[in-house]
Amino acid sequence: MTQYLLSTFVVEGKGPGGPQTPEEMQTFMSNVIALEEEMEDAGAFVFGGALHSADTSTVLVATDEGVITTDGPFVESKEHIGGFYIINAVDLDEALDWAKKVTVAINNPIEVRPFQATGKVADNMPEA
Amino acid sequence: MTSEVDARIASVFRRAHGQAVATLVRYLGDVALAEDAVQDAFTKAVEKWPVEGEPPNPAGWIITTARRGAVDVLRRTSRGRELESEVVALESRLAETLEEWEETGPVDDDQLRLIFVCCHPALKTEHRVALTLRLLGGLGVDEVARSFLVTEATMAKRLVRAKHKIKAANIPFRLPRTEDLEERLFAVLSVLYLIYNAGLEREDGTALREESIRLSRELARLMPGESEALGLLALLLLNEARSPARWVDGYSILLQDQDRSRWDRSMVDEGLALVRSCVTMGQPGPFQVQASIQAVHSVAPGFESTDWERIVDSYDLLYEMMPTPVVALNRAIAIGEARGPQHGLEAINTVESSLETYHLMHAARGAALRKLGRSDEASEAYRRAAQLASKRSDREFLLEEARSPKT
Repeated sequence: MTQYLLSTFVVEGKGPGGPQTPEEMQTFMSNVIALEEEMEDAGAFVFGGALHSADTSTVLVATDEGVITTDGPFVESKEHIGGFYIINAVDLDEALDWAKKVTVAINNPIEVRPFQATGKVADNMPEA
Repeated sequence: MTSEVDARIASVFRRAHGQAVATLVRYLGDVALAEDAVQDAFTKAVEKWPVEGEPPNPAGWIITTARRGAVDVLRRTSRGRELESEVVALESRLAETLEEWEETGPVDDDQLRLIFVCCHPALKTEHRVALTLRLLGGLGVDEVARSFLVTEATMAKRLVRAKHKIKAANIPFRLPRTEDLEERLFAVLSVLYLIYNAGLEREDGTALREESIRLSRELARLMPGESEALGLLALLLLNEARSPARWVDGYSILLQDQDRSRWDRSMVDEGLALVRSCVTMGQPGPFQVQASIQAVHSVAPGFESTDWERIVDSYDLLYEMMPTPVVALNRAIAIGEARGPQHGLEAINTVESSLETYHLMHAARGAALRKLGRSDEASEAYRRAAQLASKRSDREFLLEEARSPKT
């Protein structure tokens, strides 16, 4: 079993590609709710969330002079992560199946990335 | 040690490579480990066979040796009793596989699984090509690098990255499910076709062409019910049959100028038979349509006497399946041959803007304009084509066309 990050991106100034009218919003919500239930029932859903826009972020950097705090985001890019799911899947093909469903439901591209490890670092240490 | 023995080992090795790696991947679950073990077995074969003689079952010998090597590597790297017991369990599983291998030959599904791993859509196309040649074709990293005009270091890096992605992202070693099969098979066939075409780029691309035909033949054997797999094999054979007529003094000869009596008849016949059996299967697809287009050329006594209307029909069908500007351009060229240069030029003009940077579009325009007697425009089009062509021999040919207003 591998855990995967399914992340979706928003393009600055483009606004969300998602639903505009209240009807569209309703369809969108019911699609997403149904999909999340399906993920939960299959034991695939671990966690998920939608993020505020990237200009609400703050960046901290540890330097010799101490920790410096600045307005974010860290990456200079027009595209920023907008939301994500963390899922369990037996392999990449299964993760891609979920990602296909997500991208259809939210009508936005999805990036699928495997976790090297999840949980607390201490839990991932080999036993002495 | 004679080079004859070396060549013999290399040929056994190449045939056994994909099977050996595939079998080991199933048990080790690690492509890189399997590949290294098979490579070491080859090194041992080069040392031992010339002294002790070739074993009765060379492929079996390679996989036994590779298996022992893999287990040794696991032993050396394993720590703790748990892992040791895993190694023991693995060893007995591998021993069973080996018996199975010796009794019934390699498990075909393993090879298929490996093909689908190497050509997984989650991998970059250039990585798919490199993995396919290295793991299934058994080509050395240096050979793969030479084929694609990159340095050995670049190719080695490419392969390492690709294998790392397979492992980290957990690309599964199993056959695609029915609902994914069409898309995934198309990806595999495209990789093999790409390898073949890379082999067409140069006169010394024979190894790439042979390898893509061998793998395509293997795929057609493993998936006899998939008519697209047969279609690709037919397409490759009908193309390859023209090899003896394709190069003269290092220059590539266009289809229209080839001496058709030099085409390899038995390859043509095999290709035609495959096209016919595809038709009876009733599942048309882009590779079958391309094969049927080549079949029309293969049975034509000459370029002018080709059944061009039939080729236009096939391109119509292909365009429905693959609505790309390049398909539209080829269709336009066929229209020019079937109905005259004015019709051809009009059809080319509809794709002109989307293929503005494609040298063959300008070359096709040049040819049509020349036939219409519009020499200045033709020369201009050929010059533009020459500017855009990346191969030197193409540039020379196109500049020659631009200069000589032959009518």
